[in-house]
Amino acid sequence: MTQALLMRYLLWPLVKFLGAFIVVQAIVAAMNWVERRLLGLIQARLGPNRVGWHGLLQIVADPIKFLLKEDIVPSSSEKVAYFLGPMLPLIPTFMVYCLIPFGPPPMFIAARVNVALLLVLALTSTGVYGIILGGWASNNKYSLMGGLRSAAQMVSYEVPFGLSIVGVLMICGSLDLVRIVDYQANNAWNLFPQIVAFFIFFVSMNAENNRTPFDLPEAESELVAGYHTEYSAMKFAFFMLAEYSAMIVNSCLVTLLFLGGWTMAIDGKGLTTQQLVSMGVLGGIIGLAIFLTKMMFFMFVYIWFRATFPRFRFDQLMDLGWKWMIPLALGNIVVTGVFVLIGQERLMYWIGLATLGAIGFHIFRKPVPAVKAKTAHEVAHAS
Amino acid sequence: MSTLTKFSAIPYTGPAPTNREPYVPANVAQTDARGEEIAAKISNNALQQERGQDMPSFSVDRNAIVDVLTSLRNSGFTIPLDLFGVDYPRRSGGRFDVVYQLYSPQANERVRLKVRVAEDESIPSSVGVFKGYDWYERETFDMFGVKFEGHPNLRRILCHEMFQGHALRKDYDPAQRWLLTEQGVAKLLPKIDPKFENVDTDFERVTLNLGPSHPATHGTLRIVVTLDGETIIGADTEIGYLHRCFEKMAETHTYQQVIPFTDRLNYCSAIINNVGYCMTIEKMLGIEAPARAQHIRLMLSEFMRISDHIICIGTNLVDMGALTNFWYLFQPREEILGLVESCCGARLLPTYTRVGGMAVDAPADFLANSQRLVNMLPKFIDDVEKLIMKNRIFLDRVIGVCPISQEDALSYGFTGPCLRATGVPYDVRKASPYLGYETYDWDVPIADGGDTYARFLVRLEEMRQSLRILQQAIDRGLPPGPVIVDNPYVALPPKERVYNEMESLIYHFKLIMHGIQPPVGEAYFQVEGGNGELGFYVVSDGTKNPYRVRVRPPCFPIFEAYPQMITGQTIPDAIAGLGSLNIIAGELDH
Amino acid sequence: MTTSFVPVLLLLIVAVGLGVVFLSLNWVIGRHQRTPSKLAPYESGVPLLDTNRKRVNVRFYQIAMLFILFDIEAAFLYPWAVIYRRATYGNAGMFLFGEMLLFIVLLAVGYAYVWKKKAFDWK
Repeated sequence: MTQALLMRYLLWPLVKFLGAFIVVQAIVAAMNWVERRLLGLIQARLGPNRVGWHGLLQIVADPIKFLLKEDIVPSSSEKVAYFLGPMLPLIPTFMVYCLIPFGPPPMFIAARVNVALLLVLALTSTGVYGIILGGWASNNKYSLMGGLRSAAQMVSYEVPFGLSIVGVLMICGSLDLVRIVDYQANNAWNLFPQIVAFFIFFVSMNAENNRTPFDLPEAESELVAGYHTEYSAMKFAFFMLAEYSAMIVNSCLVTLLFLGGWTMAIDGKGLTTQQLVSMGVLGGIIGLAIFLTKMMFFMFVYIWFRATFPRFRFDQLMDLGWKWMIPLALGNIVVTGVFVLIGQERLMYWIGLATLGAIGFHIFRKPVPAVKAKTAHEVAHAS
Repeated sequence: MSTLTKFSAIPYTGPAPTNREPYVPANVAQTDARGEEIAAKISNNALQQERGQDMPSFSVDRNAIVDVLTSLRNSGFTIPLDLFGVDYPRRSGGRFDVVYQLYSPQANERVRLKVRVAEDESIPSSVGVFKGYDWYERETFDMFGVKFEGHPNLRRILCHEMFQGHALRKDYDPAQRWLLTEQGVAKLLPKIDPKFENVDTDFERVTLNLGPSHPATHGTLRIVVTLDGETIIGADTEIGYLHRCFEKMAETHTYQQVIPFTDRLNYCSAIINNVGYCMTIEKMLGIEAPARAQHIRLMLSEFMRISDHIICIGTNLVDMGALTNFWYLFQPREEILGLVESCCGARLLPTYTRVGGMAVDAPADFLANSQRLVNMLPKFIDDVEKLIMKNRIFLDRVIGVCPISQEDALSYGFTGPCLRATGVPYDVRKASPYLGYETYDWDVPIADGGDTYARFLVRLEEMRQSLRILQQAIDRGLPPGPVIVDNPYVALPPKERVYNEMESLIYHFKLIMHGIQPPVGEAYFQVEGGNGELGFYVVSDGTKNPYRVRVRPPCFPIFEAYPQMITGQTIPDAIAGLGSLNIIAGELDH
Repeated sequence: MTTSFVPVLLLLIVAVGLGVVFLSLNWVIGRHQRTPSKLAPYESGVPLLDTNRKRVNVRFYQIAMLFILFDIEAAFLYPWAVIYRRATYGNAGMFLFGEMLLFIVLLAVGYAYVWKKKAFDWK
């Protein structure tokens, strides 16, 4: 009996967690390389291509370098808080992995908890403590400003982040991530009925992770490196690791909540969970592949954003969060409530589809010419 | 041996420069007549016309300088171009000349004022007339020890606090070295004062250093800001981290040897500096580079201008977090530098021009390569424009950010894109054309508002106008002929002739040993650099070394206005504004 | 099932352990060459002009308080949202919808008040 319990609650989750951990760490390390190569591609340059095949060994070289670097602790820093700074954001992002189903259950989920979504949100939002602690402990103006900005930004976007999920919960009626995915497989991706929530979630998640165009806390041209200005070696690596891990967690969340997770089905037709489970190991692998593909798409969008957008100014960022996102999210809840109440959910799918079409049309139509400087000649002739 | 027959052994028959002859500028009569008109208009007893100069010139009694400057400003000379000293230690009646140069955009003319001052005398400060003279007076104080009475903050600007003596005085030993130690830094600290008005708020104020070693200060600048919450309520700047006293170095070298130093001024568009310096000396010598050399100079100047704007726009966008433009635009910049490399072998610091022409001829595929570049550049400019000019985040970040009014811009002595962004269509290439700019069909872009956005618009459009000029230049083709004047007192004879002819060998030896010897006098010449009017003022005493070389760096007054521009803005705005000013430390710190 | 949380707790220990191990490893094998200027707080490579410990802008506290208010509202909505759909199948749907509407209207009033008090303005 004890042996079985041990197996069920200790060993098996540990094995699964380690599996997930290794996979995610591999993705984090790979993302670093992918990001640099991809940015290179977008920016008409090469990126790392010296270590190993196409620079792939950079993934190994970077951690080794971090380990060998000098760990500088500024003399005027608060030592304990300075140490806790990089630890705190890392722990919750590690813990979140065991709650996220990377594929069809039960194989690809380390701990299936019925309030998984709530727990994931709770854990990810603790990341802000490490950043503000690290920024304060460094005893450096740039760090402190970066830490405070980061804290203000993260808590500000936490609100629309949380509110945007309410719509999904209303439609799916569960906090269990597996059930949310199953519901989408049996109907359609939440992306369509919850298109507004999707965009709010997506923008907030960029802001939560301090990624461009919301990368103010580490705005290198203003605050040198923001909250991790004074950090070096492994402690710096931990901040980066936490950031990339959080990016992956958020990409997983958006995949699970809005894009149907590991399934590829509409109205119960296609690769639903049952279908995948009945296919055995192969189904598991297919599910995992689908999930990772969707997740990697969002990781790609992160990088794409970074290559495209300038960053906000702090007041603009707070404006966007408080004055636009929150009313929109609240409105979305009310509208969803009405549709669910009158039992016209199908209509929401079509509205979402139409909205997506309109956005696509707007993007691809012929661009309006940009404003140009007048020439002295033109001015003289106009007057 | 193969090329021996190509050169005939005809000795040079033109005039030989006779030493110690006074310099006679072109159109002296006209300039003098115009000077009389101005003198009549100002009608100040302290004003005495100096004839025979390259622009209307006056000597002014030191006590009347503020009055004279005020009346000149009121009669249209609104841009304070320059203020600098010249030292004549053995002269009686005041050792230093303090030279003021003004420009009138309406009448398109310049005027030069000279104030004689002895070592123990001081000049009334003219900061009240032109805001831009604040730093210039500090620089003159730093370099010559001339005191300006009533200057609000007369302390060293380019040299550090432990520096002793005044570097540009003739009796200062150029080999002297001064170390800056921590005591010197401690001396400096209390002098940095981000002045702010005492506004009553709930916030505790923070004084923050941005630079010299900061990612946003491209080059080594130092900005000290006092923050009230998020708003900058006071700012001060500290420059001189890259000061190497180009002007002193020039005095100890021959005229030709100064050319490499000019590369290091604005290292983003080095060839324009080369052209400006060489054309100043050519003006004094009364010679003109051959048509082919002028054509190459013009084309490379325009390419350099594009490359300068590329750097400015790219780094400015990096400061705002948009990384791609910077890297993307580096591709055409690389190609432009490649073109320069194909001409002279160097990329960033080419030293390509010589007094009287170019060092070597452009390669045979120069026009073809230029055409390829001109064909490819519009795509890059358009792409960047598409990426940013309709992006709401970008527009919110630049519109109304770090604005400067037209009045202030003029009063500070802005030139170039930053001035044109306030709506003043002043471009040296149009106002006083050189290299044949007047024969090309192109426009001067201007914008309103003087904010970061306006500066973006002007720079983007200016690149397009440069491309227009370049396309016409390519269509005309390179004129045949030599690239350097056939004057052995100015240009070295070809190596083949040196090896095979007595005369050429002697000329070569003479020019290397004795250098170029322009006639005695002074001349100012200006070109349109990447940042604005790049002027060189050269005083010759007839020897092989320049007596005084003065460079008018366009970003010096622009950076001077920076504290005023960022007061009331936030740090991100200040950074965005700094990038759009295109401060190049090499040029700023001389 | 509280037991399903056991792995989560387990991972807390693993995560802390991993963090400590890597940091100590770095401390052991990384080089140590300390100089006073290296250990001084960094401010663009020049001496400090001002102390680093200043009172923090009060707006940050404002934002923190607003966050707590609004985030708790969001947390209140979660249980409601989960059961809402099932309730609409019965006849409690209208009631639940009204409740939520009332809640959001109250929230909106508070929100409007905060907006009017310029708590969201940073400039």
